[in-house]
Amino acid sequence: MTLLGYRLPGMSSLIVWGLLWEIIGQSGLTFFVPPLSEVVATLFSVIGTDAFQKALAETAYAFCVGVLSAICIGIPTGILMGKNRLLDELLLPWVNVFLSAPLTALVPVLMVLFGFGMRAIIITTTLFAIWIIILNARAGVKQINRSLVDMARSFGASPLDAFFKVYLWAALPEILGGIRIGIIRAVKGVIIGQLLISIVGFGALFELYAANFLMGHFWAVLIVLFALAFTISEILAYLERRVSYYAAKR
Amino acid sequence: MPQTSAAETGTDATEDTAFEIAVSTRNISKNFGDVEALNDLSLEFPLGQLTSLLGPSGCGKTTLLKIIAGLLEPTSGEVEVNGQKVTGPGPDRAFVFQDFALLPWASVIRNVAFGLELRGVARSEREAVAESYIKQVGLAGFENAYPHELSGGMRQRVGLARALAVDAEVLLMDEPFSAVDEQTRRKFQEDLLGLVQDQKKTFIFVTHSIEEAVYVSDQVAILLPRPSRVSEIIRPSSFRGKGVDNIRRDPEYLDIVDEIWTSLRRYVE
Repeated sequence: MTLLGYRLPGMSSLIVWGLLWEIIGQSGLTFFVPPLSEVVATLFSVIGTDAFQKALAETAYAFCVGVLSAICIGIPTGILMGKNRLLDELLLPWVNVFLSAPLTALVPVLMVLFGFGMRAIIITTTLFAIWIIILNARAGVKQINRSLVDMARSFGASPLDAFFKVYLWAALPEILGGIRIGIIRAVKGVIIGQLLISIVGFGALFELYAANFLMGHFWAVLIVLFALAFTISEILAYLERRVSYYAAKR
Repeated sequence: MPQTSAAETGTDATEDTAFEIAVSTRNISKNFGDVEALNDLSLEFPLGQLTSLLGPSGCGKTTLLKIIAGLLEPTSGEVEVNGQKVTGPGPDRAFVFQDFALLPWASVIRNVAFGLELRGVARSEREAVAESYIKQVGLAGFENAYPHELSGGMRQRVGLARALAVDAEVLLMDEPFSAVDEQTRRKFQEDLLGLVQDQKKTFIFVTHSIEEAVYVSDQVAILLPRPSRVSEIIRPSSFRGKGVDNIRRDPEYLDIVDEIWTSLRRYVE
């Protein structure tokens, strides 16, 4: 976008919104919104504290394990569903139900099943991420050009070769798209898990700050979380663009 | 590729000598559900020659090719390649696809070497082989290009090089030139004649173009639909050796094209 003849760099609009936040904060309209400058200052002081780093480590651990298991289970399941009619008929209704289900309502059940610890949080994260990953991997395999499959067979590909050298790559654009959306959902999952199941990690911090009306702290942690989720999503979007050149030509 | 040995091979092909048979199909039937695609079809393909399967759409020519490739299983009947019964895809046959079937995420050289890669040939070895075939099909300098950067004709050259690189005795070509433009197709047809001559391979070539079939073939098998059958086998005799530039105005060429059209026209709506 250009303004008064100057080319504005990307995301310049954030400056406008930041200014608006600062003005509302300075005006003292509501204690709920402290000035942005104060939030940023708090952010830097909070980042160094043990409580924050412990929360970050716990969250990162739950998030990574949760996402990794969603990917490791989700992609093969999706690919197998795309290849095998029987498996597809068996699993697809469940995948669709869980994809649209309000998973937050399931969290209390998970608490009962898996206890009040890290395990339940990880499973919550996985449950949030896995369905869209399965569905996208399945869609990716479904649209593979029939003659590419014939080609692999006619040149003597073993099932394993066909999987790793043809199916996986041909479905990669869709798979990466699924992972990106799955990870965004996993961020919700890990925070909801921490808030509802056991008060640890960022969930604990949110509880603490909100209960004590430390709004500056509250917003600072929120900004960090938003930034992390956004960065991860952008990195994946970049990877997706790198393979999308062939997405239309399979 | 102009042929040099025009005069020597010109006349003696008229004597119908018994050819060595590379591929034979015996009593092949194939049903897709209730639809009968092929019914009791037997055909023989001479070694080192190019045989076209020609017919109106729906006559089962691609189905027959895929059965020979081992990609489809016949409902009954059997295929033999060099005396061996076909039970599935094998290293003695290589397939050239109508839509090229290239890996879009792989470079030209990896695509050409893909058949060898699947056979476990070491990387340096298979790339050396691939490189020589890339040169042979006229794509030298494009080794590291990706399929989406190439024109349709160049992509089919990659597909052809991939089939040649595995050094199979039988090349199965499924309407390989139908997705490229007319001028490229003519060049391909000329090159194919040269290829048949110096590769000593058996070519089975599916096409719906009468002119193309007569131009490139040592033997044209006319397939007719409903019920699917081989109605006629035509062996052009006199013009094969006259050089690529003279074929299209040879009287025999024109007669055969006409004759085939006469027998096919009532199957075309």
